[in-house]
Amino acid sequence: MIKTISLAHGSGGLASTELIDQIFMRAFDNSFLQAHEDQAKIKLTELTQLGDRMAFSTDSYVIDPIFFPGGDIGKLAVCGTVNDLAVGGAIPLYLSCGFILEEGLPICTLQEIADSMAKTAKEAGVTIVTGDTKVVPNGAVDKIFINTAGIGAIPTQINWGMAHIKEGDKIIVSGTLGDHGATILNIREKLGLIGALSSDCAPLYSLIHHLHTIDGVRAIRDATRGGVNAVLHEFMQGSGYGMKIIESELPLQSTVRGLCELLGLDPLNFANEGKVVIVVSPECELQVLQSLHRHPLGINAKSIGEVVTKRNVTLQGLYGIERLLDLPHNEPLPRIC
Amino acid sequence: MQFIDEFRAPNAVKSLLNQINALVKKTVFTKDSPLNIMEVCGGHTHAIFKFGLDQLLPPEINFIHGPGCPVCVLPMGRIDTCIDIAKQPNVMFCTFGDAMRVPGQQGSLLTIRGEGHDIRIIYSPLDALKLAKLNPEKQIVLFGLGFETTMPGIALTILQAKQLQLSNFSLLCQHICIIPTLKALLALPDIKIDAFLGPGHLSMIIGIKPYEFISQDYAKPVVISGFEPVDILQSVIMILMQLIKQQYLVENQYRRIVADKGNTAAQAVINQVFTLQGNDEWRGLGKILDSGVRLNEKYREYDAELRFNTKRHCQQDDPNARCGDVLTGRCKPINCPLFGQTCTPTSAYGALMVSSEGACAAYYQYRQSDLI
Ligand code: SF4
Repeated sequence: MIKTISLAHGSGGLASTELIDQIFMRAFDNSFLQAHEDQAKIKLTELTQLGDRMAFSTDSYVIDPIFFPGGDIGKLAVCGTVNDLAVGGAIPLYLSCGFILEEGLPICTLQEIADSMAKTAKEAGVTIVTGDTKVVPNGAVDKIFINTAGIGAIPTQINWGMAHIKEGDKIIVSGTLGDHGATILNIREKLGLIGALSSDCAPLYSLIHHLHTIDGVRAIRDATRGGVNAVLHEFMQGSGYGMKIIESELPLQSTVRGLCELLGLDPLNFANEGKVVIVVSPECELQVLQSLHRHPLGINAKSIGEVVTKRNVTLQGLYGIERLLDLPHNEPLPRIC
Repeated sequence: MQFIDEFRAPNAVKSLLNQINALVKKTVFTKDSPLNIMEVCGGHTHAIFKFGLDQLLPPEINFIHGPGCPVCVLPMGRIDTCIDIAKQPNVMFCTFGDAMRVPGQQGSLLTIRGEGHDIRIIYSPLDALKLAKLNPEKQIVLFGLGFETTMPGIALTILQAKQLQLSNFSLLCQHICIIPTLKALLALPDIKIDAFLGPGHLSMIIGIKPYEFISQDYAKPVVISGFEPVDILQSVIMILMQLIKQQYLVENQYRRIVADKGNTAAQAVINQVFTLQGNDEWRGLGKILDSGVRLNEKYREYDAELRFNTKRHCQQDDPNARCGDVLTGRCKPINCPLFGQTCTPTSAYGALMVSSEGACAAYYQYRQSDLI
């Protein structure tokens, strides 16, 4: 068998069929794909049994490097989209995936990525039901780009959204901040920091679904590109209230903190791939924290601040002085996620 | 975290602030006529704002944000020279990220990268050498920027280039020296600086002796300081003590990093490769006598300006911009009519707004809430 991807693999001819059969059909194996149709036919009754709204989301993944401690581009492409569904209160169900491959990509690399996607999809309880592969000449993309889109069903009783946020609500993060961003930066810029730097990339539905039964959860966002800071700004825009967080309460791994100190960067701006920011009513704060702490992905969950009237995002520093948390103005480091 | 947490501990900070409050009472300084301490280095400016030290200290103490950031004092004309070279065919122009956004007359390096010119952001000067080895058909130009802190690394890179006989590598030298800057500052007639918070990292190279003229000729205390809150507050105490005793010395608060005699090996390599020659223009400060750093005769072949035969651009600052006044402590960033109006981090007029160490950037980032 040919060892690298060639333009023929994207031609729609024999080579394409072989590639799809040997890599994707084998890894994602399910009856939707077996049908070999141009579309997956999903029963509407299945969706309506689970909820009264369908959630639909898409994202593209262009990370460099494609393998990193704690994950790879495939795992990221599944986690990213299922998490986008889960934070809206949906039960993630089906994914599509589109691959753009660079001519010359080793087939074993693609295989490893597809296997990782299959494993993550299984863990997340979703099925990859349709897909597409394109091959572009060497240099036109960097190794591999993946797009995933997903659908899920939102249970009737759940109605999370930024419009429900009220003054006095509490802001909770589900774990340590910036692990993914710091890990990628460390490898990409060859900073050579050794230690336990590892991406937090993980599917979060199993953590979030315990919150479905708690009254008082207002809004959830996963803190990916732009980090917690960007989420807080979105919350501010969406709710009309300000967000105030306390520096000494921020959960951080010491390696991430070390890297930030070294480079003068703020972990609040770093990407996470397995963390959510949750706004809850003060009455259910404890219950939410307890629920998160019971799950392995939420053991470091912490309440970090609250919703205030003054419409800006501020950080109360170690000595009680409050400062404005602006979104970074500088161009972000290229392609961190 | 060792070496960080103990220098940020809230109870230590509180106790130092109490000491400062008590000491200030023994001096002549008042709220209306405060003790003006210039922090030379932008690293200090950012620490002061980040931790809110300016708000925690009594009003009798006022920080003036000095010219100690190489990006901030970069004249527009130098960016224009960078751009002239980067636009030449076959050139790969290497720079540290900070200089990318500094505006010149024809835009910034970031703008011309967007136009398709080959500009690379590097993390170490040796990355530029690597690029030179990998791309023999290209001319690699390294933008050498900074005070004595970055000079040893660049000097070593030049030595290596010579050893490897690389003919496609050159340096656009925009190094500057701290002592001529401070001399020029102190010679200005309307400057009101009572003491200096000396730069920590830079002094690690040059040591503490070169600052002695400040204490001896101008009777002003200099304390070389670390960058954590406890460091800065301890340094303020050391300054106050000197003033109370009417002793004017160069003291070293940052002993854990700065040896009194500096790093002699680094000094040697700087002297081997660079020479002080000519008067250089500094943004906001004008021409400073004998502050120009050039490559030594022996290494002149690596001078990008000679290789590309560039012309010097003269600077035409917006008459409303007060970059120079901010750098010399004549005004605060908010007193500049451009601040937050035409000059913001996304549409900066001055380098003080785009440099991560610039005073205007610090005001914009940390003090905007006070202004709106
Ligand atoms: S606001 Fe802009 S123009 Fe004014 S002093 Fe600062 S950098 Fe210069």
